[in-house]
Amino acid sequence: MRHFTIELEELKTKLLQMGGMVEAAVHRSVRAVVERDVELAKKVREGEGAINTMEMEIDELATKLLVLQQPVARDLRFLTSVLKINTDLERMGDLANNLASRAQSLSKLPALKLDIDIPHMSSLVESMLLKSLDAFLRADADLAQDVLMSDDEVDRIRGEAYGEIVAHMQANPSDVQAGVEMIFVVRNLERIGDHATNMAEDVIYMAKGVDVRHHAKTSV
Amino acid sequence: MRSVNLNFFYSQFQALHDINLEIESNKITALIGPSGCGKSTFLRTLNRINETIRGANYTGEILLDGVSVLSQDVTSLRRRVGMVFQKSNPFPKSIFDNIAYGPKVNGMTAKADLEVTVERSLRRSALWEEVKDKLQKPASALSGGQQQRLCIARAMAVEPEVLLLDEPCSALDPIATLKIEELLFSIKDSTTIVIVTHNMQQAARVADKTGFFMLGKLVEFDRTETIFKNPSKKETEDYVTGRFG
Repeated sequence: MRHFTIELEELKTKLLQMGGMVEAAVHRSVRAVVERDVELAKKVREGEGAINTMEMEIDELATKLLVLQQPVARDLRFLTSVLKINTDLERMGDLANNLASRAQSLSKLPALKLDIDIPHMSSLVESMLLKSLDAFLRADADLAQDVLMSDDEVDRIRGEAYGEIVAHMQANPSDVQAGVEMIFVVRNLERIGDHATNMAEDVIYMAKGVDVRHHAKTSV
Repeated sequence: MRSVNLNFFYSQFQALHDINLEIESNKITALIGPSGCGKSTFLRTLNRINETIRGANYTGEILLDGVSVLSQDVTSLRRRVGMVFQKSNPFPKSIFDNIAYGPKVNGMTAKADLEVTVERSLRRSALWEEVKDKLQKPASALSGGQQQRLCIARAMAVEPEVLLLDEPCSALDPIATLKIEELLFSIKDSTTIVIVTHNMQQAARVADKTGFFMLGKLVEFDRTETIFKNPSKKETEDYVTGRFG
């Protein structure tokens, strides 16, 4: 196998490792919120540094290959997509970290009685992330297209949740602080979904050379 | 300029298979492909240089402004379709006489006219400032890069409509290469350029359109950006990404 191909495979493996780290951080941070688990929240926050380090390593390796190999065609599309996905993953790591921080704050406040299905929303978002990573691994544009479709559902749940939380705060002024924290929880989850959507768009570009950003419903 | 159903033979050997390629005016077209793929053969059919090879013949048509190149006087065709080769080949004459040669053959005799033409050609080829004080020196005293620009200036002196370049930079260092590439950009407003190159980065840098040849066939011809970002044929992708063979 060509040396360059081996290096591209190494980069792919590294990005998937980073994806796994971010996936775990998102999953744990949501659990920390739902189960009011401050220890788990602390673990997520401790893991942020490793994700950041990984981001820099991937950037460095991808930039090195761009400079030294001057790739074109699918190699070029792969490398530019890796750089963008890397940034999205790091931002998801930040958002998981923020979710963990909300979990810590919420644990000190009385639990809210809200009719919001955070586990459902988070399982949708986590599945978007998982599918994006899987689509990247297989360069599968069809699977990536599925992710784009899920984003609308996440946005719908966020809209409903906002309404619910605001109504609860109006009726129960003493819960305003916890309500604001919950708005951030919902907002962070929705943003993680947005980044998964960006990743899926990059995978479609990588696989097919087609740019579907900003008109996500365009079929591949 | 365009080729229609062009099949080219060196005696029994068919070097080109059914090439249909439209070269756009005032654009730079690059032809890439592995050695022996037919790209230089194609270039050399455009101004009938290949006719000098025994046994060479072709079917199909090559049209310049819609007229077959075969129906044109070969000297006037080569005035309209100039050529620069891989190895610079200045005449064993002075710098001035190298440039003035073509215009003289084409009937320009007045010294003043020749001086104007020589200066204009050298300026267009970005060589004037370097040679204006030594026009009577032998062209062979110039550096390799300067000699190649002199050959381009010589080709440009007769104001060709099309300029064919066969790996013009393969023997030059990166600075001389850059000067030639800048020169191509500066003349393309008045000249249609076709360049054969083994250097894919060069094709990517200079060409508006790129054609990929393999085994005598034109595999893909598209905007250069498309060829290097998202080619439609697997053979093209394998070649430009170095997976070929």
